[in-house]
Amino acid sequence: MKEYIKMILVLTAIAAVCGLLLSAVKKGTEKRIEEQILYNVQGPAVKDLFGYTEKIDEIMPKIIGNRQEITVNEQKQSVFVDKKDDKPKAIAFESNAMGFGDKIEVLVGFDLEKDLLTGIGIITHKETPGLGARVTESVFRDNFKGKTLTEKFKVKQDNGIVDAISGATISSRAVCAAVEKSIALYPAIKENIKKKN
Amino acid sequence: MKKSITHEFFKGFWEVLPPFRLVLGLCPTLAVTKTVENGIGMGLATTFVLLCSNIIISSIKSIIPKKVRIASYIVIIATFVVIVELVMKAYFFPLSQQLGLFIPLIVVNCIILGRAEAFASKKPVHHSAADGLGIGLGFTLSLMLISAIREVLGYGTILGMQVMWDKFEPFAFMVEAPGAFVCLGLVLGLINLVPKKA
Repeated sequence: MKEYIKMILVLTAIAAVCGLLLSAVKKGTEKRIEEQILYNVQGPAVKDLFGYTEKIDEIMPKIIGNRQEITVNEQKQSVFVDKKDDKPKAIAFESNAMGFGDKIEVLVGFDLEKDLLTGIGIITHKETPGLGARVTESVFRDNFKGKTLTEKFKVKQDNGIVDAISGATISSRAVCAAVEKSIALYPAIKENIKKKN
Repeated sequence: MKKSITHEFFKGFWEVLPPFRLVLGLCPTLAVTKTVENGIGMGLATTFVLLCSNIIISSIKSIIPKKVRIASYIVIIATFVVIVELVMKAYFFPLSQQLGLFIPLIVVNCIILGRAEAFASKKPVHHSAADGLGIGLGFTLSLMLISAIREVLGYGTILGMQVMWDKFEPFAFMVEAPGAFVCLGLVLGLINLVPKKA
């Protein structure tokens, strides 16, 4: 009996100390990691969606400068804005949906003048390499390029227009769900951005 | 036989060199050695985890009951691996993207659990630290060697810098999976032609 108690105590103690250490490091690196994702993943995705041709290092200040924080449905939303002649021309914002591994964060781009989807970018995901992770490939993302907002953004098995990745239905469905969420938020965000600018 | 601390450190560079003498850690050796930069990054990350886990495990070896030792070691090793992963994402983001899921896989790198069980659980802290540091750095050098061969022959560069002549046809086989096996096998064979106690 004493043996079992010692085992339980030692394991609990080790797990507790490790847990504490891990949450401290996580907290300590959170801000920095967010920044890194902004510069290394979101930045290039926004550049892609807005069709900027300059080098990423040169265009980054502009992308960040045009980023606006707005509140929609009592939720804070970060929106990247592309301006032409100082008027908002296109926007991009993130939404997410539960994939196979964890949440998939999808950046969705909209053309404000034509009310079209300009495309999507996958920001973070924890999908299976070689299967679900293939949602990042342009072949899959092209499913959303230049589409009108009234299309059915579901995988073909669910009577939609999106060609899912074979063997990765869950991940494909998750990206569709995230896109649908952004489309639902689009009218309110568009109004908000137009008002502010 | 009592061995000195310097012996414990330097053995990691020759007698117990992974993966060529101590045939462990083959998975990262094959997977992340396409470029020297990745090899160094992986080697240093593994060294950090190996050093820290050896020190901690050696420090608390007397209170860990024998029956739960593997479970305890894995928790400790996994904690350090997650720390490395977070710090890499925060300060070396592009490298962490390149190494991808091989960073979390350091947890199951046999070198680390192997040294914990074979050495750190029995020897004093300072020897375990030397052992961890030596084997980790030896592993890093091995990764650098394989990645240098693969990068030079497969891309014509080292650390991204062109080192081969202009008309050089890259030997693309070297940067694919089969090339990794062949390269590892050849180097392993060559190194073992030289006896351990030189």
